[in-house]
Amino acid sequence: MAVTRNDLEGVSRRAVLVGGAASGFLFAFHLPARAVNEPVQPPDRTDGRFAPNAFIRIDRSGTTTLIMPQVEMGQGVYTSISMVLAEELDADFAQVAVAHAPPNDKLYANPIFGIQVTGNSNSVRAFWKPLRTAGATARAMLVQAAAQQWQVDPAGCSTANGRVIHAAGGRSLAYGDLADAASRLPPPKDVALKDPEKFVLIGQPLKRIDTPDKVNGKAVYGIDAMLPGMKFATLGACPVFGGKVGAVDDRAALKIPGVRQVIVLDDLVAVVGDHMWAARKGLDALVVTWDEGANAHLSSNDIWEDLRAASRKDGVVARSAGDVAKGLAEGDRFEASYELPFLAHATMEPLNCTVHLTPDSCEIWTGSQVIARAQSAAAKAAGLPVEKVTANNHLLGGGFGRRLEPDMVVAAVRIAKHVDGPVKVVWTREEDIQHDIYRPVYRDTIAASLSNGRIVGWKYRIAGSSVIARWLPPAFQKGIDIDAVDSAVDIPYDIPNFSAEYVRAEPPAVPTGFWRGVGPNNNVFAIESFIDELARKAGKDPVVFRRDMLDKNPRMLAALNLAAERSNWGQPLPARIGRGVCVQPSFASFIATVVEAEVDEQGEVYLHRVTSAVDTGIAVNPDTIRAQLEGGLIFGLTAALYGEITIENGRVKQSNFNDYRMLRIDQAPKIDIHLIKSGEPPGGIGETGATAGPPALRNAIYAATRVALRRLPIDRSLIAVGNRS
Amino acid sequence: MTTLTINGQQKSFDAPADMPLLWVLRDVLGMTGTKFGCGIAQCGACTVHIDGKPVRSCMLPVGAVRDRAITTIEGVGATPIGARVQKAWLDLEVVQCGYCQSGQIMSATALLATTPNPDDSDIDAAMAGNICRCGTYVRIRAAIKRAASERQS
Repeated sequence: MAVTRNDLEGVSRRAVLVGGAASGFLFAFHLPARAVNEPVQPPDRTDGRFAPNAFIRIDRSGTTTLIMPQVEMGQGVYTSISMVLAEELDADFAQVAVAHAPPNDKLYANPIFGIQVTGNSNSVRAFWKPLRTAGATARAMLVQAAAQQWQVDPAGCSTANGRVIHAAGGRSLAYGDLADAASRLPPPKDVALKDPEKFVLIGQPLKRIDTPDKVNGKAVYGIDAMLPGMKFATLGACPVFGGKVGAVDDRAALKIPGVRQVIVLDDLVAVVGDHMWAARKGLDALVVTWDEGANAHLSSNDIWEDLRAASRKDGVVARSAGDVAKGLAEGDRFEASYELPFLAHATMEPLNCTVHLTPDSCEIWTGSQVIARAQSAAAKAAGLPVEKVTANNHLLGGGFGRRLEPDMVVAAVRIAKHVDGPVKVVWTREEDIQHDIYRPVYRDTIAASLSNGRIVGWKYRIAGSSVIARWLPPAFQKGIDIDAVDSAVDIPYDIPNFSAEYVRAEPPAVPTGFWRGVGPNNNVFAIESFIDELARKAGKDPVVFRRDMLDKNPRMLAALNLAAERSNWGQPLPARIGRGVCVQPSFASFIATVVEAEVDEQGEVYLHRVTSAVDTGIAVNPDTIRAQLEGGLIFGLTAALYGEITIENGRVKQSNFNDYRMLRIDQAPKIDIHLIKSGEPPGGIGETGATAGPPALRNAIYAATRVALRRLPIDRSLIAVGNRS
Repeated sequence: MTTLTINGQQKSFDAPADMPLLWVLRDVLGMTGTKFGCGIAQCGACTVHIDGKPVRSCMLPVGAVRDRAITTIEGVGATPIGARVQKAWLDLEVVQCGYCQSGQIMSATALLATTPNPDDSDIDAAMAGNICRCGTYVRIRAAIKRAASERQS
């Protein structure tokens, strides 16, 4: 099956399709429900094609094209979404094609965010009901069309594999033969959804739609856009945050064969050439004096001092229960703070955007998690109305939250304003890492009291940047960032006296954004690290300590018990090898993870084995879920072992994979994933593993060395022999 | 004018001798299956074969290739080992975002050409130069073993 570009021909923009039961991240943020059953084309313009809603196109030949409202960045969502649509449509899955959705915040809005966005591990959660309804509605219209032709009761008709069947009359019609007639019918108001017991696609480990072209070089990512007459550009932004270009000597650059042009903007320089090599050599040959500005002396130390000061202030209470002051006064009280560093995303596909700008039009080619925002950003940068901008989305060579920002589009359009004809702007890896929008630094402080081996009081304070306040302002209300407190306000344990509060602390100059695992990757680390320390204070095994506080949370408890069993929890291990556990209900998936790791005498860490047990509700594609957990765990463990962006003299010190390290295959652990069968609605899975890995590893190191690490990445000097605390 | 043999075909083009093969493939010849990841031979996304051996094309000057045979991801499926590796990659659903997988498949194919039955340490040695940010390493290891076993079956 090929992934094709969608055309919106014949699709009316007046219709608003997506909506339904919107539930914001966890609570409090609701969007108005919208109708999901409006036709997207007027009956006189169907041209024989059946387009009953934003997601389904069936033409006379029977070709069924499903329009993907969520982007494919490796998480397998093109397959999962197609399975959900095809399940209720009763399409022939082997015959469906998929197309990237065009930018359209109305037709393709994510019901949880209200705009066209792929993130927060919610594609299947958010679209579960709207897609099933869309599929079922289309199916009902095809049945109606067939029943009319046969002059029989629609109730006597069934559907399977892209055909309507009238068993009593011994006849059937293919969907393609019914497309024209179905397109003239009004959509039914209410349609019944399938009983999950009758699912034939959902729950099967079906092969992915997008992968065949990814093993033979045919898959097209944004960076692969090729246009006739295209030029190639690369850029260098001021290395100091907020700095400007001072003076540029471009004489040497312009002498390099293949260099066409040097472009100097207020905050960046770009070189345009016949290919990336000329552009890159030209950039290296530029002599640029930067006006470094106010941040020229900014360092990581300054940022940490500011954050530590902020974290000592009271925050805004996001949730409380019982009487925290009273709870903390009972029993033995303990307190600890945990700190997480800035992180870059380092998607394997470096940032890029291709632009063709003319006086009255702009066309862009890129890979974006927010293609409608990318279109608007291009329009603004080009000074054109949004309808003059065509935005072509692509497969993404990794997203991880980086492509939730349109900054690369803005820079590319600004450069393209000075270029005659199409230009592909590609960031070097160094620029990609040094001009990221970083996972914020966080500091979390927890006070808790223990009585009779249980937690009776819990006061949790998060201090860090609010990405939501910048990125989705309507969701930032009363001083609370609903993402930053995610997994802190809904910890799985039964604690009678509880509060979770948030202190918004913006780091000077450093831009902050979403990173795989978003709010939970901070909170789960701090909470699960501290839980392990409390278990030790209580003299209890870490699994037993958790189990005793999960009696009201059966899904979480079942996951913990299964992970403990499958990881051989409790069986003896040699010296300096430990097991660590982590439980989390994040993204509506209940997962327990055990990491087994070894720490050598120098403090180097070796990952032996990871065991996760997860209840993620109905598993649309169980193999994809396993793959996402395997990869997510590696992603999180990479950050725990290596991930840190540091600032010196206003600049990011790291620049490429030599100093911003990635975990490699020779360090990868054995990973066992156990899925728990569940009839609950689907949970999120794209970020779940990324969040689970670091605390489980940290706790394994705690077990192996008795050193309570409270910062990431792991500091080897603290866990080398001779540094036992 | 430079002429190279790429996937068995002669390709002629103008390019400076110091230009890395990666940019010749991608920007001059439009063969975009080979990927740019780091530019300093640290990630392996740009891996191609020169006379069957894996090479990081981002740091290989095109002038150094001369008359040696180049194989890229677009052509590796025409070799029996390459085809087996691609099939194993799909059978085990190795791929996630896929951006690094051209390079992974080229490295794995080169490994199997010299080491038909690689053990874990062979795989580590041959594949540690290829970063996968999606973390597909567990399946890459399994798929290499699958491709190796299918040779015998």
